[in-house]
Amino acid sequence: MMPRPLTAHIHAHRPLSLRDYEKSGGYQAVHKALQKLAPDEITAMVKDSKLRGRGGAGFPTGLKWSLMPLVHDSPRPRYLVINADEMEPGTFKDRLLLEGNPHQMIEATIITAYALQADMAYIFLRWEYKLAAKRLTHAIAEAYDNKYLGNNIQGSAYSLQLHLHVSAGRYMCGEETGLLNSLEGKRAIPRSKPPHATTVGLWGKPTVINNVETLCNIPHIVINGDEWFRGLSHSQDGGTKIYGVSGRVKRPGAWELPMGSSAREVIEEHAGGMTDGFKLRGIIPGGASTNFITEEHIDIGMDYDSLQKVGSRMGTGTMIILDDKTCPVGMVLNLERFFARESCGWCTPCREGLPWIVKTLQAIEEGNGQMRDLDILQFHADNIKLGHTFCALAPGAMEPLESALRYYREDFQQHIRRRRCPWK
Amino acid sequence: MLTDSERKQIEAKLQGVAQNQWSSIDALRVVQDSRGWISDESLTDVAELLAITPAELDSVATFFSLIFRKPVGRHVILICDSVSCWVMGYDSIREYLGQRLGISEGETSADGRFTLLPVACLGVCDRAPALMVDNNLYTDLTTEKLDEILEKYH
Repeated sequence: MMPRPLTAHIHAHRPLSLRDYEKSGGYQAVHKALQKLAPDEITAMVKDSKLRGRGGAGFPTGLKWSLMPLVHDSPRPRYLVINADEMEPGTFKDRLLLEGNPHQMIEATIITAYALQADMAYIFLRWEYKLAAKRLTHAIAEAYDNKYLGNNIQGSAYSLQLHLHVSAGRYMCGEETGLLNSLEGKRAIPRSKPPHATTVGLWGKPTVINNVETLCNIPHIVINGDEWFRGLSHSQDGGTKIYGVSGRVKRPGAWELPMGSSAREVIEEHAGGMTDGFKLRGIIPGGASTNFITEEHIDIGMDYDSLQKVGSRMGTGTMIILDDKTCPVGMVLNLERFFARESCGWCTPCREGLPWIVKTLQAIEEGNGQMRDLDILQFHADNIKLGHTFCALAPGAMEPLESALRYYREDFQQHIRRRRCPWK
Repeated sequence: MLTDSERKQIEAKLQGVAQNQWSSIDALRVVQDSRGWISDESLTDVAELLAITPAELDSVATFFSLIFRKPVGRHVILICDSVSCWVMGYDSIREYLGQRLGISEGETSADGRFTLLPVACLGVCDRAPALMVDNNLYTDLTTEKLDEILEKYH
C-alpha cells in the first residue's frame, strides 16, 4: 500500500475533531516545529523536499518562501494567505481536503506561518464551499481553544491569528494579486509584477500565498523528512498528487497517488476506464487552462516536467476527458465562454480578445464559420501570452484553444465545410 | 435606512480593521442576507457607514458575481456551466429548468420564486452535472431529480 499522507485521515461525512486528529498523530508536526526547528530549517526542508505548488503554476514552494525579506529587516505584519478559492473548471481536489480534514489544513497553516514568521494568516475560501466553511469555522475555534492558535502557541514564543475570509464569486480571485485586492475589499484586478507579493503583498506587506493541497503536505514533510517525501514520487518532483478524473468514465473521482503516475493508470485503474460506448479522444490534464493531450500521451508521467515536454502542463492535476461523442469545438467554446465571462476587464488582450474568440468559435459551432476564422483563432492563440497581459488568465485560456487547433483541426474544418456541427 | 440589526452586524465586522474598505464585501453581504439584494439606497447607506464613496463601494459590489445589484427571486439557483458539467449534460438540465420556470439565465420567474444564474465550476466534477439552490448543493442531476429539488423551495 502506497503511503497517502494527504488523504489517510479524510472523512467525508464527519471529519476528525481536534482530539481525534491528535490521536491519529495530528499536531505532532506543530510540536516538533515549535520545539525543535528554527524557521529557516523548515524552509530548507521544504526546499529539499522538491514540493511544487499544486494550485496550477507549479512554483517550487520552498523557493517562494525564501523570497520573503529576512525577518530583521522586514516590515510587519507578515502574512500567509491560503488560496482556497478553487474555481478552475474541472478541479475538485481542495474541496476534499477542506471538508474531509480541516485540522490538517490548520496544522499546515501554523507550521508554514511559523516558518515564514508570519503574524497573521487568512484562508481565502470561495462562497460556494458551504460545508468547508462550516467545518473550518468549527476547527479554527477548536484550535484557538486548545492554544494551537492565538498568542504563545503551545507555550512557545510564537503567536498567530488565523481568519477565514469567505469570498463572493469570480474566478479572478484565484489569481494571487487579484486575491489580495479582493481581500482588501477592492475589485479583484491583478497587480503588476514586480514587486511580487512576497515583498509587497497584502496591504503592502510581505505575503506568501499558497494553495490548499500544497500546504497540506507541510506537516508530513516536517514529521517524516524531505527524503521520505521525495521517495513518495515517481518523478523529479516530490510527494504525492491528488489526481482527479471527470467526464465519461465509469467511476469519476479523485485519488492520491505517487506524483508522476500516468494518465493511463489514473483513468483505467482508478476511474474504471471509459464508460461503455464512449472512446477516449483527448485529455485536459489539469483544469481548464491546460493544453489538451491525446491518447498517444497516456503513458507519460503526470508530473510538471513530463507534461511540459509534450506541450501541456500539470495544472491542478484533475483531468477532464474528451470522448468521441462530444464535439471538441463545442468543448473549446464552453471553455472560452467561461474565460471571457470571468475576465476582469483590466487589460485589453483579455477583455477584447476573449469575446472575439467566443464569437468566432460560436460561428464555427453553429455552421457559420469560414476557413480564415481558423487563422483568426490561431493569431489569438499565438499572441495572447504571458508578457502581453497582466496575469495568467487569458494566456491560460489560450492553452486548450491552441492545442485543440493542433489536434482537432479536422473537426473544426468539418464544421466549416458541412456548415453545421457534425455532433448535432 | 439600514435596520438596527444590520447596522450592528456591519459595525461588528469593522471591529479591529484599520481601514473600513477591508470589510466592504462582508458589509454588503449583511444587507444582502437580510434583503436579498443591494438596492441603490442600501448601497449609499452602507457606503456612508463605511465612510467611503458610494461609487467606490459600487465598484466592488458590481464586480463580484454573488453580490446582487438587482432584485432576485426568493431562491437563487446557481447552475454550473463549466466544462465537466457541460460534457455530462448541462445543456439538457438548463433547458429543462428554463422550460419549467419559464426563464433563461439571468432572469427571475414570474411568481418571484426562482432566479437562475450561471456559476463557475462548483468543484464537484466527479458528480456532474451540479447546481446550488440558495446554500444547498445538488449533484448527479437528472430531470427527475430536478423536479424533486424544485418542490423543496416555495
